Amino acid sequence: MIPLHWYLLVAAGLFSLGLYGVLSRRNAVAILMSIELMLTSVNLNLVAFWRYLSPETVNGKMFAIFVFAVAAAEAAVGLALIISIYRNRQTVIAEDINILKW
Amino acid sequence: MTVTTIIFAVMAIFTLGGGLGVVASRNLFHAALYLVLSLFGIAGLFILLEAPFLAAVQVLVYVGAIAVLITITIMVTRRLMGPVESLNRQWPVAAVAAALVMATLGFVLVNQFSGISTAPDVPADGLTLLGAAFVDPAGFLLPFEVASVLLLAALIGAIVVARD
Repeated sequence: MIPLHWYLLVAAGLFSLGLYGVLSRRNAVAILMSIELMLTSVNLNLVAFWRYLSPETVNGKMFAIFVFAVAAAEAAVGLALIISIYRNRQTVIAEDINILKW
Repeated sequence: MTVTTIIFAVMAIFTLGGGLGVVASRNLFHAALYLVLSLFGIAGLFILLEAPFLAAVQVLVYVGAIAVLITITIMVTRRLMGPVESLNRQWPVAAVAAALVMATLGFVLVNQFSGISTAPDVPADGLTLLGAAFVDPAGFLLPFEVASVLLLAALIGAIVVARD
């Protein structure tokens, strides 16, 4: 079988790419996409640990499914917020959305 | 080099290359397509990890729902997608931070978990066990209901926020 740490390294790489995207992109939709990358890389970790350390239980898969649910909810609400902000301010650039700043 | 290794390498390249495309492409629409590639790579890795149900859910939820939602949002808010600067001023700091996280994670993970390359077999009725655990009061019934409430709240919240 493939060694466990190969999967973990792929997941860590994907998480770091997502982190870089969240910190460096200006467009709010791009930031959300990077957050999706981070969530899904954590899922890969959970499933890899489930497969190699305790495949007879369901706990690892269960956590992954709850992460799916949270990711779906987060994407729906986040994109609704972005559309609402775009309608009011005609921008989706994160730096220009400073209504709450003073 | 076995067939499994080659499949793993291809899926890992899909995943990481897609991730790189998401954070590096200036055109947001290309970034969304790279996101779909990356999520398909993850689904392939799930199949390699003998979790085919999760791979199906990955394709349905991430590729089918989230990626389509993101694409629609990009199209609706498209006016600013020309040759605008796509990175903010702090991107070098962000790159250093991400590289540090990668180095730390890689060091710890390789130190702690290298050498595990065998695993017990997956139970043949894994999906049945998963479904039973969802409705088992001693298992995951309460978290399952809480997740349902979360999804309902997100549904109503998204409609209220996005309505004009």
